[in-house]
Amino acid sequence: MIAHVHHENINYLKASKGLKNWLVTVDHKRIGMMYLASILVFFVTGGTFAGLFRFELWSPLKNFLTPDQYNQFFTLHGVIMVFLVVVPGIPAALGNFILPIQIGAKDLAFPKLNLTSLYLYWIGAAIALYSIVAGHADQGWTMYAPYSLSRNPSVLWMMVAAFILGFSSILTGLNFIVTMHNMRAPGMTWYRMPLFLWAMYATGIMQIFATPVLAITLILLLMENFFGIGIFDPALGGDPLLMQHFFWFYSHPAVYIIVVPGFGITSEIIACFAKKDIFGYKFVAYSSVAIAIIGFVVWGHHMFVAGQSELADSIFSFLTFFTAVPSAIKVFNWTATLYKGSIDLKTPMLYALQFLFNFTIGGLTGIILAILSVDIHLHDTYFIVSHFHYVAMGSTMIAFIGGIHYWWPKMTGKMYNETVGRTAAILVFIGFNVTFFVQLIMGSQGSPRRYYHYQDQFQIYHQISTVGFVILAAGLFMALFNLIASFFNGSVAPKNPWGAKTLEWEEADSPPVLYNFKETPVVTHGPYAFETEKA
Amino acid sequence: MDNSKTFWLPEKASTFVDTVDPAFDLYLWISIFFFGLIVILITVFTVKYLRRRPDQLATAQITHNLTLELSWTIIPLIIVMGLFFLGMKGYLHMRVAPSGYMQVNVKAQKWSWGFEYPSGAINDTLVVPVNTPVKLVMTSRDVLHSFYIAAFRTKADVIPNRYHALWFQATRTGIFPVQCTQYCGTNHSYMLTAVKVVEQEAYNEWLATASDPGKGKTPAEFGAILYQKRGCSACHSVDGSKAVGPSWKGLFGRQENCGAGGMIMVDEAYIRESMMVPTAKVVMGYQPVMPIFKGVLSEREIVALIEYIKTLK
Ligand code: HEC
Ligand code: HEM
Ligand SMILES: [Cu+2]
Ligand SMILES: [Cu+2]
Repeated sequence: MIAHVHHENINYLKASKGLKNWLVTVDHKRIGMMYLASILVFFVTGGTFAGLFRFELWSPLKNFLTPDQYNQFFTLHGVIMVFLVVVPGIPAALGNFILPIQIGAKDLAFPKLNLTSLYLYWIGAAIALYSIVAGHADQGWTMYAPYSLSRNPSVLWMMVAAFILGFSSILTGLNFIVTMHNMRAPGMTWYRMPLFLWAMYATGIMQIFATPVLAITLILLLMENFFGIGIFDPALGGDPLLMQHFFWFYSHPAVYIIVVPGFGITSEIIACFAKKDIFGYKFVAYSSVAIAIIGFVVWGHHMFVAGQSELADSIFSFLTFFTAVPSAIKVFNWTATLYKGSIDLKTPMLYALQFLFNFTIGGLTGIILAILSVDIHLHDTYFIVSHFHYVAMGSTMIAFIGGIHYWWPKMTGKMYNETVGRTAAILVFIGFNVTFFVQLIMGSQGSPRRYYHYQDQFQIYHQISTVGFVILAAGLFMALFNLIASFFNGSVAPKNPWGAKTLEWEEADSPPVLYNFKETPVVTHGPYAFETEKA
Repeated sequence: MDNSKTFWLPEKASTFVDTVDPAFDLYLWISIFFFGLIVILITVFTVKYLRRRPDQLATAQITHNLTLELSWTIIPLIIVMGLFFLGMKGYLHMRVAPSGYMQVNVKAQKWSWGFEYPSGAINDTLVVPVNTPVKLVMTSRDVLHSFYIAAFRTKADVIPNRYHALWFQATRTGIFPVQCTQYCGTNHSYMLTAVKVVEQEAYNEWLATASDPGKGKTPAEFGAILYQKRGCSACHSVDGSKAVGPSWKGLFGRQENCGAGGMIMVDEAYIRESMMVPTAKVVMGYQPVMPIFKGVLSEREIVALIEYIKTLK
């Protein structure tokens, strides 16, 4: 017994060696790490395109890009960031790694399906990038007909890519839901599940129900293309508005697929670094589910000036306001959680607090867009651009980065440099807000989005925004290098460096062994069962 | 009223400003309140409950408080319902043009705008009279575009194979940018034109000139065109034959029997009066059915028509 080292008891990073072993692994942790690496690569790529056109916008005239290049770059940026980064992001990378450990399971319910979804992601990504670059696609991530149809076959391939990527999401969502239903450790009741898992659950539902719409759209596009049946193309008697309906029927739920996982991470971090049980656990848990459901019936709020009937517009506006309420509840709950806590401003907490700050702005700017009369003015201006960056970048990506810092010791077994981590977090906060806050003003002043050339009066806003981008990029690279450096010279991470109460910290090693736990854990308390100071 | 731009909103030039701006401002204050509240609470809690010893724990574990939770569910709900009605009311007003509007047809194409007036005028900038409701009926020749006048706070997509309408009423004269806000390819950001808001008389003048199909012609030639275009031909012949109205052949210089008005010698003044106030002197044997052309014909057109009539010997 003494000399015999159990293969299962070696940490997952060392369990087997070589690229090949990684590529055929069915271990959820390795798959999660590969997702994480891929997503970060795409995040840097998408960010590079953003940087290029932000510098082009330094002055209203041509600096170094032609209008066509500008248009192709914002298309690349949007497609990469939405379909390859923020939509799959948190579930695929952190969800994969953390979810089974948090419920005390050895792996996901279908490990091979999990590996399949990773390969689908890679295939989809390759097709998406190839179609844009080879097809000189410039239709933007929204792909509105009939302009996008004039870019065929690029738009067809983009739909194929979106469909494959969507399938990858569906498989992940399905896997998560089945796992949560069937593989919880003894004692892990639904209400003992960390809120991150509730968020993964709500996300899974949305992935499963929304994504098939992409497949329908693809089939319709194919029928139009190959059999000349007029569906979206007005030249064939089709209706371009129909394409917008299909697009947003998927993409509005997608925006919640994007943000709900961020809610989950924020709950974990705030509880842990305030040493507090989440205020209103059930409200927070169910508000994610509520958002997931209401999110399916509000897509028309993207089409208030598109030519819908007054009745449709009014109904969509009415329903949209209901998504605001659960969002507000969450913000109040997180804030209240800080009350009487023991707050430690470690790097992850700095990200969680920025999330609160940015998400409040993102949510508030969303509500104003649901006010019909005001949206007529704001639609398709920089205000929209700012709104969704406050939610997608300022909330989701910030939570993602916070989550990476939070779970980094668990995933890699290394501690990063705390001072560098905090400095980077502060730079990111300043950079992000400088970049995007001015866009709110520029937008409400009437500067349209997707403009290569703009009125002189907007130049100062563009310049401030570009300066903000530089600060943001500096912060992000600092964070990235800090993490990578810790791989090589970080100190060894203890099992539970933050003193958290969830299973991955209390029961699993850092990094976890191949099957996560040496023996099946038994859960005896809630996820945030922190003690109180004795008076 | 101050029409210049504010920190948040652009210059003001239409009646919709009264609908949109107050809603925006109200919402801005609501946002500032909630945002301020959250930021202050976070800051205060962070400072007050900052961990000062490594082993410091929370001082209380409060997991719920029904009153609080219900209040921050119900209060936002009430607020957003108010916002919904406010927005919908304003929006319905913005969608339904009042009666008595003036219509202009808009044709968008990559990357220009065409404005077609009922008078036949076609122009690449939009010229409209101040304080008059104007309805635009828009369609596109190629892909989607969107018609946006920031100073008017209005916008609508322009769709191929469909007519999409938008209306507005400008409240002051001036020139305001019209931008395309729906991505339409390479020069989307150059698909820029202007709306020029002018006084009614200036508008009439402009319309007359813009509608001017007689450009480069003598007044008499222009008059011949107007005879057709303005519909005079429906009632007046030029060959001496009798129609709804008297023939114009040999009209100038003729002695006309105007019943109670007596015998009248047809000169410039008389012809002008017949167009402006046809019922002033009605020719014997005819019904007083001649439409009033006051305010319809421009000075230039009146002169042209008179010159034309003079040539009909
Ligand atoms: C609906 C039919 C109608 C139309 C259209 C019409 N007119 Fe007349 N017009 C009449 C009648 C009837 C009279 C005779 C009764 C009167 O003097 O009002 C008349 C009289 C006149 C006279 C006086 C002729 C005379 O013999 O004393 C002039 C000049 C005239 N019209 C000019 C015009 C011009 C210019 C136009 C087009 C811009 C025009 N009309 C369009 C019906 C019409
Ligand atoms: C508080 C809740 C929210 C409300 C009420 C809201 C409302 C809206 C509305 C009405 C629009 C359409 C505006 C227009 O095009 O004129 C919009 C656009 C958008 N929102 Fe939100 N939103 C909310 C939260 C979010 C979240 C959480 C995300 C997630 C990342 C998000 C992402 C987007 C995106 C991507 C767009 C438009 C993208 C485009 O046109 O390219 N929103 N939002
Ligand atoms: Cu939406
Ligand atoms: Cu355009």
